[in-house]
Amino acid sequence: METKTRANTFVDEIGAIPGGESIRLCIQCGTCTASCPNADKMEHTPSQLIAMARAGMRDEVLSSNAMWYCLSCYLCTVRCPRGIKITDLMHAFERISAREGLSRGRTRTPTMYRSFSNFVYSLGSLPELGFMTWFYLLTNPLRALRMIPLALSLLRHGRLSIKARRLTPEGTNQLKAIFDKAESLGGAV
Amino acid sequence: MKYYTYFPGCSASSEGGAKAYGWSSKAVSKVLDMELRELDDWNCCGSTPYSSVDELSSLCLSARNLALAEKKGLDLVTPCSSCYVMLNRTNSRLKEYPQTKAQVDEALAAGNLEYHGTVRVRHLLDVVVNDIGYDEINSKVKRNLGGLKVAPYYGCQVVRPRPSFDHPENPQSLDKLITSLGGRAVPFPLKSRCCGGSLIISEEALALGLIRKIFDSALSNGAECLITPCPLCQTNLDAYQSQVNKKFKTNFNLPVLFFTQLMGVAFGLGEEDLGLRTNIVPAERVLAKYI
Repeated sequence: METKTRANTFVDEIGAIPGGESIRLCIQCGTCTASCPNADKMEHTPSQLIAMARAGMRDEVLSSNAMWYCLSCYLCTVRCPRGIKITDLMHAFERISAREGLSRGRTRTPTMYRSFSNFVYSLGSLPELGFMTWFYLLTNPLRALRMIPLALSLLRHGRLSIKARRLTPEGTNQLKAIFDKAESLGGAV
Repeated sequence: MKYYTYFPGCSASSEGGAKAYGWSSKAVSKVLDMELRELDDWNCCGSTPYSSVDELSSLCLSARNLALAEKKGLDLVTPCSSCYVMLNRTNSRLKEYPQTKAQVDEALAAGNLEYHGTVRVRHLLDVVVNDIGYDEINSKVKRNLGGLKVAPYYGCQVVRPRPSFDHPENPQSLDKLITSLGGRAVPFPLKSRCCGGSLIISEEALALGLIRKIFDSALSNGAECLITPCPLCQTNLDAYQSQVNKKFKTNFNLPVLFFTQLMGVAFGLGEEDLGLRTNIVPAERVLAKYI
């Protein structure tokens, strides 16, 4: 039987998440950080974040703004010489941070992601106009005003639909039943 | 005739901001003897935002689409790079993690669906260049692009993270496609670098900086227009071009087309198929000779 020497550490928690196992393989070469278009905007670079996670600095990692600056461009992932799925790790950090409410307002991205997924949850599709309006009103109503010229230009070119795409009533009910079941299963992180 | 199940995704659907991508994809496919049969009652793939807040629900969103597509028995083709990544990601998660699969199966069963993992998810660009091929594309050209200098902008997710039909950092399929239409693909070092993605909404200043670099790279090699196989890239580069100009006091005026729009121009298709009126930076100036 396998003996656990470091039970309940942060690295175990991450390692148990699909896509997170490889965090143990990091050799701190820094290729991810050198590849990241946004590393200079992050409080901790991707390689630092991995080192911190492995050092058990759970709160520091999860309250950082770093993973929220991940663009999901996957450049780090394809370059990592150890085959670590760094983008997946960033998403895992984001999910735990969001679930525990640890993101501390230094980035608007968690609110944006949440607005996006709330719309998809309720409609099964993403109404771009509604989503953007909702997000700007939530975060900065003044900015919503500043976005009006862009919105008008999109409208003028037929690129903003007022009407959202709807699934059939059967499709809507089916998706709702699937979501409800997923929720009752606890939502794998 | 080749048959595919078609997944437009929210952006390229008839209600989406990239509706011209959907129109031109269908029109170009027709010319190439491909039938794109839209999946009935599909739902949003959830994209990166959903996978960053709730993993299981995000997988279930894609799994429902995959389960519906599996009944059709054809490859599932999408023109959207994000849908492409999300649907493929779900396929590989379900294959690699039996425990995750059991949960997703249980959730699908609540909707009277099951998924056996057999759907092959493909990007429209892959299908066009690999199932149809450059020679066939070339044979359909009615208006040779006569050396038009085009920047082939792939963006990220059509080539990453999964090993797919092209190189993850120096892809060539769009380049060869441009050549087969009679155009010239300009050297473009940033051809697969990120445009900022959805962070254009939450971190606009940062994304505008990334977009600026892409324009610099394309224009330093004389591009007259830019094409892309991603609806979000197109929107960022086209709709936000004036914001880039304002912020950096630049003078960019580069038409940004869906790759299917440029194909349609070369195939001699009309505006009702191309939807060039939906492009924010007018494309007619550089395309006047062909349309």
